[in-house]
Amino acid sequence: MKPPLLELSDVTVETGSHRLLEGINLAIRPGEIHALVGANGSGKTTLARLLMGAEGYRGSAGTVRYEGADLLALPMHERARRGIAIAWQEPVALEGLSIADYLGCGPVKQPAAVCLEQVGLDPAEYLPRALDLSLSGGERRRIELAAVLSLGPRLAVLDEPTAGIDLSSLPLIEAAIPALRRAGAAVLLITHEETLARQADLASQICGGRIVCSGEPGRVVERYKHRVCSTCYGGRCHD
Amino acid sequence: MTELRALRDAFAMIGEDPAAVLAADTAHLIAHGHQVISSQSIPGIRLETHGEEDCIKVRLDIEPGANIEKPIHLCFGLFERFGTQNVDLVLTLGAGARATVWSHCLFTLPQAARHSMTARVELGPDAELRSNETHYHGLSGLIEVIPHAIVRVGPRARYIADFALVQGRVGTLDIDYAVAVEEGGVAELTSKVYGHLSDRIRIRETVSLDGAGARGLVKTRVAVEDDASAEIVGATHGNAPGARGHVDCMEIVRGRATARAVPEVSVSHPEAKVTHEAAIGSVDARQLETLMARGLAPDDAVDRIVLGMLR
Repeated sequence: MKPPLLELSDVTVETGSHRLLEGINLAIRPGEIHALVGANGSGKTTLARLLMGAEGYRGSAGTVRYEGADLLALPMHERARRGIAIAWQEPVALEGLSIADYLGCGPVKQPAAVCLEQVGLDPAEYLPRALDLSLSGGERRRIELAAVLSLGPRLAVLDEPTAGIDLSSLPLIEAAIPALRRAGAAVLLITHEETLARQADLASQICGGRIVCSGEPGRVVERYKHRVCSTCYGGRCHD
Repeated sequence: MTELRALRDAFAMIGEDPAAVLAADTAHLIAHGHQVISSQSIPGIRLETHGEEDCIKVRLDIEPGANIEKPIHLCFGLFERFGTQNVDLVLTLGAGARATVWSHCLFTLPQAARHSMTARVELGPDAELRSNETHYHGLSGLIEVIPHAIVRVGPRARYIADFALVQGRVGTLDIDYAVAVEEGGVAELTSKVYGHLSDRIRIRETVSLDGAGARGLVKTRVAVEDDASAEIVGATHGNAPGARGHVDCMEIVRGRATARAVPEVSVSHPEAKVTHEAAIGSVDARQLETLMARGLAPDDAVDRIVLGMLR
């Protein structure tokens, strides 16, 4: 078995007096798709932001190793340069930047046009468009996924990539995830889509800031569906 | 002529094509200081220029119904180390006329200079004027730019004006535009300025929506860094039924720079509506993260955001 690309050991994240994540243990191996499921507010996006190094999301305990290195010691841009890419859950508008500019930023490995086609957006129409509020939420999420594809990452963190996507485009987005794997990436897939989660290699359920179940995706999803509660910190989800 | 050569050099420096400006089918005015170097009218346009000791007087009339396809170039500049340029401009568009005016203000060479423009602009009914004024300054920081204009936008006319000073040092900038919009008319004013070191920026743009259904947008994008300062007043007054106005001011502040934004909105008619938004502060943290997550170092990400805003 390959050694983990990413390994979190007893990771805790706190903001002021609030504990967002506690004792997180998670390993993702190269080329593996790992689904993360959990209720709203359970800590999924916090984990994504911790991995990317977003401001205010520092580990207060535990370690995160990425390719053997201490990930938490690296600034965000260095993490990106080492192959971590994220599709944000709530992408921002960047006035004055075109989609071509955005997809051309950083150590790109795939042409922007190819990546847009992979998520079902016509390059001729979208490349010159501004990355501003004229784009719908669904369009913006597809562009986020295209942005991840363009970087050819070793670890892709996808935070609800299918939220707000229209039904006709959903198969394309779902197909882009295994395409990342085929290109050599491991994927941490945060999702509320049951079918998407079931297609992963492994899955974990997070609840109240703690991972309460990991393993075969079908089993994790079934457990989540039948035992989830949003305020169960220390309750039966942790049995 | 030496000035013309200097002008060609200056255009080359900023990446513009002087041949396009001087083409036979294009109206232009080229002025160095208070001296008119070249001017050319084309059918549909009457361009009169007169250089005086302390001023250049320019009268530009677009005939009613004329549709001027190629931009009219107004090139102002100084090609000596010190100097003053005062411009007195009267610009009219007859009913239904359409034109685009590109004003190139080239002050890359002077060490210290003052460029002042007083403009009166009149758009007749259904006319459309697109005005792009771009300044190119050097690094001396001793350039003073004072553009003041009074604009009347006639019934159903459209006035779209862009001002940009994002290359080189600003020096001192004092913009004061007052635009009155009549029934069904539209005025959109956009200013983009990047101040550095000790630059001083003052922008006051006022749109009065005086006619029924008049619409106005005042949009300002300013970035200041080092010890530069900016004071922006975007004012819109809704004075007629169905008038709609919006003031949108965004300023990014870096280093020890300071900025003040004053959106001024008022309505004097119950069926008028004017809104405003102002954002002032450092670069948005989430925008910064979005670019850093693509591998851009913090300074590069900030530059990309600032220059994007000013694009």
